[in-house]
Amino acid sequence: MQYSKWQLRILVFLRVLIGWHFLYEGMVKVVDPDWSSIGYLLDSKWIFAGFFESLAANPGVLAVVDFLNVWGLILIGLGLILGCFTRIATLGGILLLAFYYLSHPPFLNLEYVLPGEGSYLIVNKTLIELVALWLLFLFPTGIQAGLDRFIFRRKNSQDSTG
Amino acid sequence: MEGEKNPLTGKIDRRNMLRGLAGIPFLGAFAIAWWRKRRKDHFLKNVFLGELDLDASAPHFPPSPPKNRTVRLGIIGIGIRGTQLMQAAGFADPELIQHWKDFAATHPEDKRYEDYLAQEDLNVELNGICDVYDVRAERALRTSGNLKREGLDANIIPHAKRYRTYRELLDATDIDAVIIATPDCWHASMAIDAARAGKHVYVEKGMTRLLEEVPDMVATIKESGICFQLGHQGRQTESYMKAREAVEKDILGKINLIEVCTNRNSPDGAWLYNIDEGAGPGNIDWAQFNGPFSDHPFSLERFFRWRCWWDYGTGLSGDLFTHEYDAMNQILSLGIPHSVVSSGGIYYFKDGREVPDVWQVSCEYPERDLTLLYSATLASSRDRGKVIMGHDANMEIGNNLTVWADRDSTRYAEMIEQGIVDPGRPLYTYVPGKKNVDAVTSATEAYFAGRGLLYTYREGRRVDTTHLHIKEWIDCIRSGQQPSCNIDRGFEEAITAHMATISYRENRKVFWDPNGRKVI
Repeated sequence: MQYSKWQLRILVFLRVLIGWHFLYEGMVKVVDPDWSSIGYLLDSKWIFAGFFESLAANPGVLAVVDFLNVWGLILIGLGLILGCFTRIATLGGILLLAFYYLSHPPFLNLEYVLPGEGSYLIVNKTLIELVALWLLFLFPTGIQAGLDRFIFRRKNSQDSTG
Repeated sequence: MEGEKNPLTGKIDRRNMLRGLAGIPFLGAFAIAWWRKRRKDHFLKNVFLGELDLDASAPHFPPSPPKNRTVRLGIIGIGIRGTQLMQAAGFADPELIQHWKDFAATHPEDKRYEDYLAQEDLNVELNGICDVYDVRAERALRTSGNLKREGLDANIIPHAKRYRTYRELLDATDIDAVIIATPDCWHASMAIDAARAGKHVYVEKGMTRLLEEVPDMVATIKESGICFQLGHQGRQTESYMKAREAVEKDILGKINLIEVCTNRNSPDGAWLYNIDEGAGPGNIDWAQFNGPFSDHPFSLERFFRWRCWWDYGTGLSGDLFTHEYDAMNQILSLGIPHSVVSSGGIYYFKDGREVPDVWQVSCEYPERDLTLLYSATLASSRDRGKVIMGHDANMEIGNNLTVWADRDSTRYAEMIEQGIVDPGRPLYTYVPGKKNVDAVTSATEAYFAGRGLLYTYREGRRVDTTHLHIKEWIDCIRSGQQPSCNIDRGFEEAITAHMATISYRENRKVFWDPNGRKVI
């Protein structure tokens, strides 16, 4: 895809910002030996609440969920910042954010134990971040500015010459 | 791409390289920011924990003695609490187990059945039961044989023998120890007779119904040398033990006011327990229920809801004030107050009861320069917690423990000014089962913990404090040691509660004379 200089810059900047957020969320959890998603999962509401609570109910499943969440956040964060396997990282990010959103949707009549840090109705920051990642999926930048440039070089060169 | 078209020109290659590595400077910036943030957190934590000298490790529990000798139990009084005590000892009603099993089948997150199966086997036998109500006695007989913790589908053969009177049960030679969960009016005579018969005793609170019964009971228990435990299972709560540690390390500064409360707002909470259909003079031994304590004609209400009448108990005092007092006695070693004033009334449940449903007790400890305030209502469930207030910090105790620095504290003034301590956030949080405590507990975590969404564990497992309290008693029977709520603690509990009851009933301030060891 061809971008103007400023189009590319702003897209990469957005990618790095979201990557930074993911990486920090993951790092904070990985250095805290007591961190667990149990409280968050148990507080989930709406039609998927049963599913999220069932994840919390089994210690084995919970350990896997915690592991995947923490390392998912870190790897997605690194992928987005470095532009490394950017499309997979972007899709992974969308998936994680979809889980967060669906477990705690800010709908009318849903009350959470954990108070939100802002005011939300249907739309919250998770949803906006998700849509931003969707946008980055449709307007990829890994090959223009990122390690994907080296990883997918051959394929890319074939594409551009073919 | 440009770079691919002209691979021999170094200039374009460099440009190509720079584009590929565009994310690296951002990652570098992240690494620096991360390192600085971690350094700051470590600094705060070290300064802070160094100052507080508290850690988050679970309290130390001495190992249990070997369980090689089976302790043979008898139980007297098998109502709501008696059933729970049997369960805590390892004998659960098959009907209850079935209910847990069925519920867990459709609600996998419900762990009651799983937790109960994991409850430690104490190597005890239930050989004798005694209750004046046939239905309860028969249920308890069946429960006594439920050694494998099974539901209704199992073929359970009753193990215990039913005794018609408690004295016959005490004469049995195959019983070493008795659990007493009758109405309070019976506690003293049963405990005294049990001790004389050489049986170890676990008795529910309040320890006695009357002040006059206390000295005899204490003297007999002490002379007999039996192992005695009073039923304040709060003694096993980890956060209370941690609270004691915090108080001993003077985290709170000069403690001047303690506020403890009871808030309930349901018929059950106000002792309006269910009256069984089919219960009547035909299957309840009314004369034995009343003993010498009451000559009231047969009344189902009095039988099932005895806590509402002075003939059988002391209402809020023996049932709930004693728990709150004992928690504070455990944390602060308060002992008997110098004086007590209490007041209240029957303001909501005007159903013919005699005991107040809204009741306040103020205990003065001039030697400690502090007041213990107890405030109770049975008609509002607002949660007020247990709070210990000191000049430097205050502490709120539930399953978790939270300490808040006081904004006008002397000790923390400098740390508050430097931004190391924020009076708006907990100074210290102890959540049982957590491995670490720090000054930077996230707001989220503290919030969940405070709401009890994080479970209380011991050695990684959720446990019932009543089970731990019975276990401590059984352990002490085997080892010959004194349990945590022994007769000395019971003496303090009973005298304090009776001072409060007397103050209410006689409408006067009541004093303790430590020299004459009597209430005046």
